[in-house]
Amino acid sequence: MTLALKQLTRQFTELAALDDVSLDIEPGEFIALVGPSGSGKTTLLRILAGLDYPDRGTVMLNGRDFLAANARERNVGLVFQHYALFRHLSVRENIAFGLRVRPRKRRPPRADIRTRVDDLLKRVQLDGLGDRYPSQLSGGQRQRVALARALAVEPEILLLDEPFGALDAQVRTALRRWLRELHEDLGLTTVFVTHDQEEALELADRLVVMNRGRIEQVGSPQEVYQAPATPFVCEFIGRTNKVALRRDGDAWRAGAWSIPGPGTAGSAVAYIRPEHLALAAADGGPGWDAQLRHIYLAGSVAHLDVHVAELDLSLEVDMASDQLGGLAPGALLRVAPLHGVAFADDCTRWAWGTGLA
Amino acid sequence: MTMVHRRRRASTPRRLGRLALIVATCAFLCLFLLVPLASVFVEAWRQGAHAFLESIDDPDALAAIRLTLFVALVSVPLNVVFGVAAAWAMTRFTFRGKALLGALIDLPLSVSPVVSGLLFVLMFGAQGWFGPWLAAHGINIIFAVPGLVLATIFITLPFVARELIPLMQAQGTEEEEAARVLGASGWQTFFRVTLPNIRWALLYGVLLSNARAMGEFGAVSVVSGHIRGLTTTMPLEVEMRYNEYNYVGAFAIASLLALLALVTLAVKAALEWRFHADTDVVAAARRRGT
Amino acid sequence: MRRRVLPGFGLSLGYTLTWLCLVVLLPLAALAWKASGIGFEGVARLFTSPRTLSALKLSFGGALLAAMANVVIGLVVTWALVRYRFPGRRLLDALIDLPFALPTAVAGIALTAIYAPNGWLGQWLVPLGIKVAYTPLGVLLAMVFVGFPFVVRTLQPVLQSLERDVEEAAESLGATGAQTFLRVILPTLVPTLLTGFALSLARGVGEYGSVIFIAGNIPNRSEIAPLLIVQRLEEFDYATASALGIVMLAFSLLLLVLVATLQRWTRRWAEPAT
Repeated sequence: MTLALKQLTRQFTELAALDDVSLDIEPGEFIALVGPSGSGKTTLLRILAGLDYPDRGTVMLNGRDFLAANARERNVGLVFQHYALFRHLSVRENIAFGLRVRPRKRRPPRADIRTRVDDLLKRVQLDGLGDRYPSQLSGGQRQRVALARALAVEPEILLLDEPFGALDAQVRTALRRWLRELHEDLGLTTVFVTHDQEEALELADRLVVMNRGRIEQVGSPQEVYQAPATPFVCEFIGRTNKVALRRDGDAWRAGAWSIPGPGTAGSAVAYIRPEHLALAAADGGPGWDAQLRHIYLAGSVAHLDVHVAELDLSLEVDMASDQLGGLAPGALLRVAPLHGVAFADDCTRWAWGTGLA
Repeated sequence: MTMVHRRRRASTPRRLGRLALIVATCAFLCLFLLVPLASVFVEAWRQGAHAFLESIDDPDALAAIRLTLFVALVSVPLNVVFGVAAAWAMTRFTFRGKALLGALIDLPLSVSPVVSGLLFVLMFGAQGWFGPWLAAHGINIIFAVPGLVLATIFITLPFVARELIPLMQAQGTEEEEAARVLGASGWQTFFRVTLPNIRWALLYGVLLSNARAMGEFGAVSVVSGHIRGLTTTMPLEVEMRYNEYNYVGAFAIASLLALLALVTLAVKAALEWRFHADTDVVAAARRRGT
Repeated sequence: MRRRVLPGFGLSLGYTLTWLCLVVLLPLAALAWKASGIGFEGVARLFTSPRTLSALKLSFGGALLAAMANVVIGLVVTWALVRYRFPGRRLLDALIDLPFALPTAVAGIALTAIYAPNGWLGQWLVPLGIKVAYTPLGVLLAMVFVGFPFVVRTLQPVLQSLERDVEEAAESLGATGAQTFLRVILPTLVPTLLTGFALSLARGVGEYGSVIFIAGNIPNRSEIAPLLIVQRLEEFDYATASALGIVMLAFSLLLLVLVATLQRWTRRWAEPAT
């Protein structure tokens, strides 16, 4: 049941939507295509759904050519970003649509369709709303109708295009958890597209980070967050501090702080997560002297805006709120990076510091 | 859409200006639209109900009514098929020369009705392209019913397509794509998803092309030959009676046509109200991610 | 070739093109073919005939004047309908389309009946020395009648979508009402007004049914160009008729191109499509 994507390329008039994309999607996996708009993630999803075709490359499902089948033969479930519910049909009729349009031989009897729709309505927690029309539903409800409609045809693969994009924050969080539970329940291979890295980290088994039509990194949320493979992933997934380094003897240096690393000359950039910057009172040790400018309290975590004079650089430092103690803006501190990754300008990547990475 | 009135401290000259504009508009529209409309009915009933009914219950008038209905009955369905096909091609696919095709569809709207009629005389008339061949086979098109139907089809060609194209453009292809992914065939997609979504616009297009088909004068007048009882549609009968100084008779038939126009306008107003509900949903659902 | 996702491309486009060829292109070819038969000399003779010239002048000149009048009338009427709320507004709004819906022959005899010397309005106007029926003024009036919905209906959606906050911004920057209208609103309406103008012009030039009754059709005075075509046809002079026809057709095509260009111009302010 592995879905094997090989060297997919899709050129739009002025930009490459997909540029040599290869990916294996394992059965039962919950996979997120994540990237900024224009990264090609929706194009990839539409190719899987049969709504677009690559200029080059293949998609195989168990050795069978997936691209040879058109959209109606693929047996995929697709949830559109704006749901694309049939306006003139009730919720019940929307869900039953895929069953009713089957050729007579494969069409389930009326009563079966009815029970199936009832089951699905219950599963997506919309029982009692079956006779409403899409225009009478809230955004979250529409989203669940769209999902039920896609599930009704018992697809082999479920595709979701920005499933929570059009919802407000509260509904979004609730639906995320619910969708994850549903996935575990059904064990369906699920591919979803999102531009929201937090959503991808929270939901997916595996992330496919895309940028400008290429795959930047594929990995578990932990891998992608802890060991970003490219500068783009560093900046796109999670928050990060960027510190410019220059070669100094056998080390890379930024002001009073330096790390070992490969290379002999040129410049490099170190990426440091806010939670990987340690604070101490202002006294010696590796790191920079800095001044605390502002504390942004975000519940259990506090984001500290810290200014390093010698680099003329503002850094973001995260710490647990209950560790703040008597810290107040204006305080003089010592900031020490614990670990992170760095990229030389010839794209060499290395991890430094203690711990993971 | 709610229009917020800016009443706050509107200065006196501004208020007067607003009042003047409203009064001028009402006066103009009444004088220019309502008075002619009213005059049709008044003139028709000038000599009482009896004269009115007599001029309609007359073999020539009845023949004209029958012919008008026949012409509309043939040309409108053909326009529906054409309009739907053209709108599907224009809004669901991209291809070279699309803009030119759109202009061609609109062309009959900007051609003088008389020139439209002329086109068919030049094709099928005695000295036309196919004239000699038709004469040799004893087929009459010009100065006969087929000519009337052809001219009407030409004149009303764009009406259905013009209603459908902007709507289908705005609605986009998502619902049809959803239907395809759910396994619907081409015709199932069309009949179960597209058609229900465009039904009001389609109905409105039918209504407009019907009104035009039944009311067309210039083009039809050129190809008709004005043979009473055989090739005179209602508007032509109006003209002939008017030229014979049979004013009541002319206005009696004219009042039937005016009634048709009023019904068309009323249904249009009703449909527009439905359209709004439809297009608002569409407008809200646009915008795509990657 | 790229595979198309939705079905029916060949069927729908094929049917559309076939039908267009049969109903539109073939007849146009016939016109071009026939008109070419008249020769240069024939054209010269045609366009030096005072009667033809006077008819063309009336059709084109009258339509031009009517279109200009319609721009002014249309702007006022649309402004009132879009910006103000008053009793009967919806009814009047629905009535705007009357000249579209009313068969031209009906409009023609109705206008004639009203403005004839003994008509509802004619009996007041004639003693004042204003003769409408059976004069070029009547032709103009009928052209205004059939053309003015074009201006209103092209202008209405644009005026409705005009952001109120732009005007408020102008006001808060210190512009007077007149300045706001002339410098902020009117410039954005110009392409639309021109489109309405061109549509109304095209309709007026080709108009037949509503004009011939009120015109009186006095040679050299109130005859219109389409009427000349009809007369030539009645004399079975197809060549002259088609020469006149092609002149009018060429003019319509010119206006069609103009309208298309104007509409592209209008869209230059539109938000870029995503």
